[in-house]
Amino acid sequence: MFGYFTKRLIQIVVVLWAVSVLVFVMMSFTGDPTYMMVPLDATEEQIAQARRLLGLNDSHLVQYGHFLSSLVRGDFGRSFVFRQPAMQLILERLPATLEIVILAMAIALVVAIPLGVYAGASPERASSHAVMAGSLVGISLPGFWLGMVLIYVFAVKLQLVPSSGRGPTQELFGLRVSFLSWEGFRHLILPALTLSVGTLAILIRIIRAEMMEVMKQDYIKFARAKGADRRGVLFKHGLKNALIPLVTVFGLMMGDLIAFATLTETIFAWPGIGKLLVDSIYRGDRPVIVVYLMFVAFMFVVVNFVVDILYAVIDPRIKVK
Amino acid sequence: MTMTPLPSAEPTATPLLSVTGLKTYFHTFAGVVKAVDGVSFDLALGEILGLVGESGGGKSMIGFSIMGLIDPPGRIEAGEIRFEGQDLLRLDEARMRGVRGKRIAMIFQDPMTALNPLYTVGNQLEEMLRLHTDMPAGQRRARCVEMLRDVGIPQPEERLDSYPHQFSGGMRQRVVIAIAMIAGPRLLIADEPTTALDVTIQAQLLRLMKRQVEQTRASLILITHDLAAVSQMADKVVVLYCGRIVERGPTARLIRRPAHHYTRGLLDSIPHDDRSRRRLHQIPGSVPNIRALPPGCAFAPRCSAAQPLCREVEPVLAEFAPGHAAACHFPLEAKL
Repeated sequence: MFGYFTKRLIQIVVVLWAVSVLVFVMMSFTGDPTYMMVPLDATEEQIAQARRLLGLNDSHLVQYGHFLSSLVRGDFGRSFVFRQPAMQLILERLPATLEIVILAMAIALVVAIPLGVYAGASPERASSHAVMAGSLVGISLPGFWLGMVLIYVFAVKLQLVPSSGRGPTQELFGLRVSFLSWEGFRHLILPALTLSVGTLAILIRIIRAEMMEVMKQDYIKFARAKGADRRGVLFKHGLKNALIPLVTVFGLMMGDLIAFATLTETIFAWPGIGKLLVDSIYRGDRPVIVVYLMFVAFMFVVVNFVVDILYAVIDPRIKVK
Repeated sequence: MTMTPLPSAEPTATPLLSVTGLKTYFHTFAGVVKAVDGVSFDLALGEILGLVGESGGGKSMIGFSIMGLIDPPGRIEAGEIRFEGQDLLRLDEARMRGVRGKRIAMIFQDPMTALNPLYTVGNQLEEMLRLHTDMPAGQRRARCVEMLRDVGIPQPEERLDSYPHQFSGGMRQRVVIAIAMIAGPRLLIADEPTTALDVTIQAQLLRLMKRQVEQTRASLILITHDLAAVSQMADKVVVLYCGRIVERGPTARLIRRPAHHYTRGLLDSIPHDDRSRRRLHQIPGSVPNIRALPPGCAFAPRCSAAQPLCREVEPVLAEFAPGHAAACHFPLEAKL
């Protein structure tokens, strides 16, 4: 177990280092940040001075050395735009993104598990075919289009929920969250729904495919021979055996939603990290982009780690090593 | 050892199980497979019946038909399965669930795959008690320990918390037997229970099963291709070929004086432990395509005694001694 954690820790360091190289290379060859920093009417001399101060006259290797050493020291740089530490900007906006993503994943699970299990257990029924057709539609719908349709129907026409923005927030363990008040929660609904549809559609297909495989197994027939009811057979004996691939995909999709909820956040003017990324790209706010990418890499490593642990929890034959 | 309460002793001769004209067909793209084609037999309480035949002979499907576990494209087309006085084919699913596991239990062929890999043995054993009794949780565990000990699993208290993959094949089959017997079924259906196991433990497990049904005075249907096992276990034998009964009779008589040439062939294929070292007999040919059975006797193409009549007219099951019947135009018995 201890060895496992050490190995994981080394893995995290290696991944982050690799990402730092990629990010640095990308940043170094996509334009000169000097012009972002200096006033429009800066003189040649001022520009040259700025380049010197930013260390842009050094070789790439030396520049990378500076970049890496500040990363190691926990100095991720300051946003050119906000004049704040870039990491702080991301952490401030992270709860907003986590809120809609967690709600979206919860919706996806609650809908996809019963539908997927049912469609996998009785694949020949017309209703199962309908579920599969529906999931195909769900996968094909572009999120931005769906978001706009939802806004038009539920916010503009029916006026059930607000069309955009984040509602009032409360403090919870030092994080600003909005799901605690009804008004805040109302703001969450549409963005979370928009995010959930694609995920939910894919989860249905995965659960169905796995269940179809599992239902052929002897232990399912044996469970039926024991006199277990349909629910016991499907959920106790069936679903648990179908969970491993589900957990894998679920983890990756959750990471994906957190990192790249960009479109949905933009449509709903949701102040999360996805919107921060887009804004930072428009403004050429290089430090924020760098930290963002590092953060996403770190998050995926953590997600994989959690998935690995879950494997061992689900299946006693799998040992964490 | 807690004995399950016996049903009030009925003096009547009503059998525990009575299968009449059972037809279970599979409707596949390639045609209809008549896996069970008009099979009838009776089983009294406490009796052991051997269902014998080659692979693909529809033996397992009789077991699954009784359990009500025939899945599409399979379908029970006709017949009656009367168990404890009621026709199982007329029971709805909810009432059938009360029969499965509690009144009729089943043992599967492969113990490696019959147990759910993700739950402890204790959990899967206890599930039976949760489903079929209102025993409180503490008692259930004690009963499970007792049951595991009863089927010969050492250190049952600890083994209860082990997962199936931590058991050997023979031990897993003991667990499966424990699961089957723990709710006190009246009928146990064992579908090739030792085929997947080491020869050295086959006899042990057969003895264990026999002891279990004798202790609880349950009946046993032993489905197997192993006539030697049947001869040691069963009170009576039904021999199947291509979904039909070709011969049935009391074990001792059927083994000593088989009437059907197919039964004779099966018996001759059993290795004897004498010193003669003669070549083992084998039945020529193989089981015909069950989707397109020839007219007449299905065994005729492989039968050394076949006459033109055999290829035209299907023989019916005819009794020629009490309880002993065969479906053959030219039975061996007739020569005696």
